[in-house]
Amino acid sequence: MKAKVYVTIKQNVLDPQGNAVQGALHTLGFGEVGKVRIGKYLELELDTNDRAQAEEKLKVMCEKLLANTVVEDYRFELEG
Amino acid sequence: MKFAVLVFPGSNCDIDCYKAVEDTVGQSVDYVFHTATDLSAYDAILVPGGFSYGDYLRCGAIAQFAPVMTEVRKAAEAGKFILGICNGFQILTEAGLLPGALIRNNSLKFRCHQVDLVVENATTAFTNAYKQGQVIDIPIAHGEGSYFVDDETLASLKANNQIVFRYAGDNPNGSVENIAGVCNEAGNVVGMMPHPERAVKDILGSDDGVKMFKSVLNAFVTQAKSGAVNGAGAR
Repeated sequence: MKAKVYVTIKQNVLDPQGNAVQGALHTLGFGEVGKVRIGKYLELELDTNDRAQAEEKLKVMCEKLLANTVVEDYRFELEG
Repeated sequence: MKFAVLVFPGSNCDIDCYKAVEDTVGQSVDYVFHTATDLSAYDAILVPGGFSYGDYLRCGAIAQFAPVMTEVRKAAEAGKFILGICNGFQILTEAGLLPGALIRNNSLKFRCHQVDLVVENATTAFTNAYKQGQVIDIPIAHGEGSYFVDDETLASLKANNQIVFRYAGDNPNGSVENIAGVCNEAGNVVGMMPHPERAVKDILGSDDGVKMFKSVLNAFVTQAKSGAVNGAGAR
């Protein structure tokens, strides 16, 4: 089974990288670009077929390590 | 008094911390590797700056699960004195021993220069030799030192007097309310982005960091005396 994990910066937390990219896109002429937020994307291969258990464990992985829930949100998708 | 300076793969201020202990208070100090499983011999634990585990994923994210951190948690609960500096501060927040998180500087630049700090709480184990409100000159060197806490936690930090240092002049990184250092509720665990171990001699540009080390020696002596009194009472 494969998991796709998305870690994003909380809406109330400043994202200076996103702001810099927004500025760069404006410089390139993409004036339609509003707010830009940069996050992380992780692909995990899981050695299991038990979907419910995989979801449960992924939640723990995200809470413990993959995301810092003080400043980040996370979500994940399971495939296969 | 015995000091431990933790060493993770990628720590790079461990030698500075070790030498600062020797030069400021002349107490016993050891390097303790991240694989250590016993810190019971130590009275104070310094978590130094650097780039532990290459700052992979997030600063301090991997280091929080190093074997030695189980012992650091125990030491914190036992009331031992713990100071996290720079990456050490990031590790202590990731480990949940201190509130909040450190994120990318709002300038996106690595800021490496002297800053003025206001001592907001001169009652912690690491600040008791300073005066309340004293302004001290200590260097910073970080790219991810913007302190973030949610409003609710910020209110509790204020209520419990857990804000230890604030930047006195320009805010170098975008930290909430200019916060440069915080402590836990008990005041025995302190974390800060600036580097007091790099400010222990005039020739380094400042010796204002010396009193951090004197403070923890004071705290230890006070604790030992009250322990002796209690011990005598028990007999």
